[in-house]
Amino acid sequence: MRFVDEYRDAERARALAAKIASLCEPGRRYKFMEVCGGHTHTIYKHGLEDYLPESISLVHGPGCPVCVIPMGRVDDAIALAEQPDVIMTSFGDMMRVPGGRGSFFDSSAAGTDIRMVYSPLDALKIARQNPDKHVIFMAIGMETTAPSTAMTVLRAAAEGIENFSIFCNHVMIVPAIKAILDSPDLRLDGFIGPGHVSTVIGCRPYEFIPAEYGKPIVTAGFEPLDILQSVYMLLEQLAQGRCEVENQYGRVVPWDGNTVALRAVSEVMELRPYFEWRGLGFISHSALQVRERYAAFDAERHFTLPGVRVADPKAC
Amino acid sequence: MTHQDTAQQQRADWAEAAVAEHDTGHDAGYPPHAAAGTEHSSREQLVLERIDRARRARPRVREKLITLAHGAGGKASQSLIEAIFLNAFRNPLLEPLEDAATLTAGDTRLAFTTDSYVVSPLFFPGGDIGDLAVNGTVNDLAVSGARPAHLSAGFILEEGFPVEDLRRIVASMAKAAAAAGVSIVTGDTKVVQRGKADGCFITTAGVGLVTDGLTLGVATARPGDAVIVSGPVGDHGITVMLARGELDIDADLVSDTAPVHELVRGLLDAVGPDVRAMRDATRGGVATILNEVAKAAGVAVAIDEDAVPVRAEVRGACELLGIDPLYVACEGRIVAIVDPGAADAAVAALQAHPLGAGATVVGHVAEDPPGLVLLKTGFGGTRIIDLLVGDPLPRIC
Repeated sequence: MRFVDEYRDAERARALAAKIASLCEPGRRYKFMEVCGGHTHTIYKHGLEDYLPESISLVHGPGCPVCVIPMGRVDDAIALAEQPDVIMTSFGDMMRVPGGRGSFFDSSAAGTDIRMVYSPLDALKIARQNPDKHVIFMAIGMETTAPSTAMTVLRAAAEGIENFSIFCNHVMIVPAIKAILDSPDLRLDGFIGPGHVSTVIGCRPYEFIPAEYGKPIVTAGFEPLDILQSVYMLLEQLAQGRCEVENQYGRVVPWDGNTVALRAVSEVMELRPYFEWRGLGFISHSALQVRERYAAFDAERHFTLPGVRVADPKAC
Repeated sequence: MTHQDTAQQQRADWAEAAVAEHDTGHDAGYPPHAAAGTEHSSREQLVLERIDRARRARPRVREKLITLAHGAGGKASQSLIEAIFLNAFRNPLLEPLEDAATLTAGDTRLAFTTDSYVVSPLFFPGGDIGDLAVNGTVNDLAVSGARPAHLSAGFILEEGFPVEDLRRIVASMAKAAAAAGVSIVTGDTKVVQRGKADGCFITTAGVGLVTDGLTLGVATARPGDAVIVSGPVGDHGITVMLARGELDIDADLVSDTAPVHELVRGLLDAVGPDVRAMRDATRGGVATILNEVAKAAGVAVAIDEDAVPVRAEVRGACELLGIDPLYVACEGRIVAIVDPGAADAAVAALQAHPLGAGATVVGHVAEDPPGLVLLKTGFGGTRIIDLLVGDPLPRIC
């Protein structure tokens, strides 16, 4: 398959692995954090660690938008789904995430109408088809998916659709990375930086990481060779005494991001004062909420939420 | 404890892991959802210990309500079957939980099976609920080593269902039955109020004759055995997913629904005594079957990702959705576990039938680590192919 197979080539992987091994200083241990859940997925899916020397360990980052939604927000979403004449819509991988009172699947089994969608526009389509129901889109994701949510709200506003709103849980990766960098027991040698987030925000927002914290970061794609190459680029920076933001994912990530997408997000959404991340706790200015002028499309304004905080389970 | 008991114990223990996984809320295709800040280097031992611990526990269904995951063929289904059905009905014929039970009536050995069909949409490229209902039951008999003979058909129809659609479905059942050489000899019809069903549900049961004197079963797999699949995997599951029209993906794909009795017959005629087990790879796909083999026989199964035949269209759709074709349903593909000495002959026998043209060895049974399925990825790494909790879910992350 084109645009896939060439990034999964075992021969190239072996060559890169040899270069990676040659860059490792004997006796030194390296710890890199792959920021995105998508990276973690790729690492497991392809068995990528088999190519890395023992001295390199990869650490999971906070960049899985599904996993970081705290239990209380899932409970709030289920409370929304329980309102009369509401259809809740959600991405597939949110369906099994548990809140304090179970998951969307459990709620659906108990009688709520929760439907899996593949895009927020699908949720809007359901709203058009069900004028007597109120359709809520469980908006999750980092800067990657926020533009599609914003565009959908803009579309709904343009069409004058009145039975659609979003439950906004969009979070932002940079404050989360900063929270990790500020943690006192941190020992990381660098970051495999977010790929798809960077298609939207570009690479500039990461400049504080080398500048203020002295850690290199390489924005990386999601195919296994992308990640191996990013590890190589991080090691190369360390070996050459450089500490910079580099872009491995240049085929998709423009250095300055996507201004059209950013404009749409900032039209519809604004920063929340604080937001809770599962596993990380409250981080200020780390999430987005719907602006007053689009209040008609904000489920949090339409309905009263329980808003009860639920402590993370021990596994988080 | 007999060998069978041991196998059963392993199976039962496995279900607890399903519940544990379910409670943490994440699917288990890969473990990508680990908590932020956890290392995944040198954690292998920890993971293996955890799997082992989970397996030692008894199967339980902790949920208060049935969820869709309980019907998806993965861990949640297994815990439901073992903790509720097997627990209540336990008997030596049911206990192996094979695709069909093998019974003895006088001198005759019979295979007996049943299956319900609730596919949506009812009509999809390459088939409909009617031929699925016949082929599925024929295939469960065939892979149990039986010659399919007679079927029953039960219909649950929803008030308001078009008679014309029922005619189409029944005609396609009749055609499928003729093609499989079986007769539908008894049946039942119920009509429920509008909204109490989804148009048409069908349950078929079937009996077949077991004439070869073979003892097939996934528990008989031994280290060294070859793992063979009879053709490209995942066609049916992806076709139906696309036919629901929710994805806005078009592909030139048709379901692989087909009766495999002749394909199986060819295999058994060629290398019958060397065949340890066969399964048709329906819900849960090839990955689920291989996990059943690993657990029941207390062996490892090692699969080579590059060797698994997957059509480009299926692979493409799976890439877009973030799901793995190994977990996607087929309705006319078998997985066979065969003595290594007979592997080439088995593949040749399968390839001699049009349905087996794509048959190939995809891996082998190994000794260690027992109970696990390992995949050598095309990229050159290794990963564990676990059971899913429920259906594969499209990912945004």
